[in-house]
Amino acid sequence: MAEARRVISILVENESSVLSRVSGLFAGRGYNIETLTVAPIPNSNRSRITIVTKGNERILEQITKQLHKLIPVYKVVEHEEMVEKEMVMVKFPIEESLADIQALCEAYNGGIVNVDIDMIIGMVADEPNRVKHFIEASRRYNPLETVRGGVVAIER
Amino acid sequence: MKMNGAQMVCEALIAEGVKTVFGYPGGAIMNVYDEIYKQDSFEHILNRHEQASVHAADGYARATGEVGVAMVTSGPGFTNAVTGLATAYMDSIPMVVISGQVPLALIGTDGFQEIDAIGISRPCTKHNFLVRELSDLPRIMKEAFHIARSGRPGPVLVDIPKDITAEFGNFVYPQSVNIESYKPTVKGNKRQIEKAVDAILKAKKPLLYIGGGVILSNAGDLVRKLASVGQIPAVETLMARGVMGAKNPLLQGMLGMHGNYASNMAMSETDLIIALGARFDDRVTGKLSEFARYADVIHVDIDAANIGKLVDVDYPIVGDIKGVVEQLILGLESRINPDRYSDWREVLHRYNDLYPQSFEDSDEVIKPQWVIERVGELLGDRAIITSDVGQHQMWTAQHYPFDRPRQWINSGGLGTMGFGFPAAIGAKKGCPDKIVVNFTGDGSILMNMQELVTASEYKIPVINIILNNNFLGMVRQWQTFFYDERYSETDLSYQPNYKAVAEACGGIGYDVTTKEEFDTALNDAIAKDRVAFINVAVSRFENVLPMVPAGGALYNMILSDKSEEK
Repeated sequence: MAEARRVISILVENESSVLSRVSGLFAGRGYNIETLTVAPIPNSNRSRITIVTKGNERILEQITKQLHKLIPVYKVVEHEEMVEKEMVMVKFPIEESLADIQALCEAYNGGIVNVDIDMIIGMVADEPNRVKHFIEASRRYNPLETVRGGVVAIER
Repeated sequence: MKMNGAQMVCEALIAEGVKTVFGYPGGAIMNVYDEIYKQDSFEHILNRHEQASVHAADGYARATGEVGVAMVTSGPGFTNAVTGLATAYMDSIPMVVISGQVPLALIGTDGFQEIDAIGISRPCTKHNFLVRELSDLPRIMKEAFHIARSGRPGPVLVDIPKDITAEFGNFVYPQSVNIESYKPTVKGNKRQIEKAVDAILKAKKPLLYIGGGVILSNAGDLVRKLASVGQIPAVETLMARGVMGAKNPLLQGMLGMHGNYASNMAMSETDLIIALGARFDDRVTGKLSEFARYADVIHVDIDAANIGKLVDVDYPIVGDIKGVVEQLILGLESRINPDRYSDWREVLHRYNDLYPQSFEDSDEVIKPQWVIERVGELLGDRAIITSDVGQHQMWTAQHYPFDRPRQWINSGGLGTMGFGFPAAIGAKKGCPDKIVVNFTGDGSILMNMQELVTASEYKIPVINIILNNNFLGMVRQWQTFFYDERYSETDLSYQPNYKAVAEACGGIGYDVTTKEEFDTALNDAIAKDRVAFINVAVSRFENVLPMVPAGGALYNMILSDKSEEK
């Protein structure tokens, strides 16, 4: 069976051990986690965990079903029709061209977020594939550090 | 009512109708034990090891269908309980285990007897709770019992810090449970059930594949009826022995690695599997790509994750077996013609005649299978049978004439040596009118032998029949078949004096080397009504047969020591 990439969005009760229940399930059953983000949902006692994973159809189905079985899980949304965004911040040396870096960031829905005496920090939020391209393109400017966030997604 | 957390724990147990708690006290759980001392609504059995407490609660649950309860302290008390939790988890046994924890303020400081019980038990419980506020305690206890017994049952751990059990608060036990994120699907989809009925009517060689879920769902009678309505042949898994009844002509036997010939051939040739509360375990299917190649699959299970996990399913039905089988019977009753499957039954009949489940008896030495069949003749339905894990477990599953659900208690999923004796203690507490016999081996019995003291103290007369071959037999069998007879660390010839051990602990012991001695010993043990070890010297190199080598196709069985393969 062919491997596919899948974004899974999990609505959970906001309790202290819920993330370990979810991540432990992936580890224990040998499922893959590419990215994982988690944050509370405003004005509720729930959180949303977004996981990007990979696997064949049987594995992906098992992941969804096993997640459902966890007691503090309300809902598992596993869709191919998701709008996905991911963010990345890159630190450049001050010697690089501020204008070039700004143009690059803007090309990927981002901009310069901080400049100080010895560095420039650029930030981009875009689709995961485009974030990848941005990171490749940023290499021209000798990045000192790249910090990539996980994917967040919403149903279309 | 105002009371401390410890009393709340006891009140919750009483409200849940708990009659027996198995446990072992220690520092972090002492407040609760102080309240246990003051009450007389439930009995506490002091096992001599926490693992045994949890197995006993498990055995109690399997024998009665009620939630088993065990109590342990923090740290090593809890870690000793983990094997018991995992055993119950793998076999979906409803159980609530209460563990003490260091006081809240000490959590995370590597305090004395502190261990992350929630972290350790997460993968081997259905759910677990750390009580952080006294006001949550009544709700958590209620939810723990609800989660343990509903849906696909399983063990639930409630970890309670010591200061919570000391604190005073208002106790109101909730009348009902509402966990918004936990609503098991109980009722099977009507359309799917109709489709399954049509599939059964169209099939030529349908086969009921009965799993432990049928017992958990208390659906044994209904499943017998389903089989009988259509005269549909059936096979049972290790966990389902007793559902169809040993004398039922529709029952082919147990399938899988040590299944009988007819059962495994039935599974290999069927055109429609009707899987009821079974999960296509690797010990059942053998090589997956060769498993039931000609069959469509109806799979009924309360756990959606079991469906389609290993085998593609054509008619998935998520729901409680009992309700679904009722619907299946209703759908089939007026329309099914049992004659339709008579050729199929005839084929299986011939397979059974060709290679019946049998063994070659001997006059020189006692065969382990003889002992099991003999106990079956003498006690039959009057006994609850538990077992440890290994050859004796498989022989018991093959040869004992199980007649009803909950008569056969064993660790199927996890395969826990040391399970049988404490589970027998639990079963006997739950069903005092039954004779409880634990078939065990000279390997397994040593792992929880301390329970002789428990059983003696509380006068729990379970009979342990040690099928003693001076070997760790099942591993030895694999070494014979697959490791060129290199018996690495399986020779157990250095033995304790089992009779003396039993008697040193207040029980009664027998050494048996002949069939006559065995009958005498068993009758005497029953008459004496005391915990017993019957140490039976059996033939050393007996193998469990048939056997499907691990990873092999189900239809390639080693049938006897002489004929290598069929």
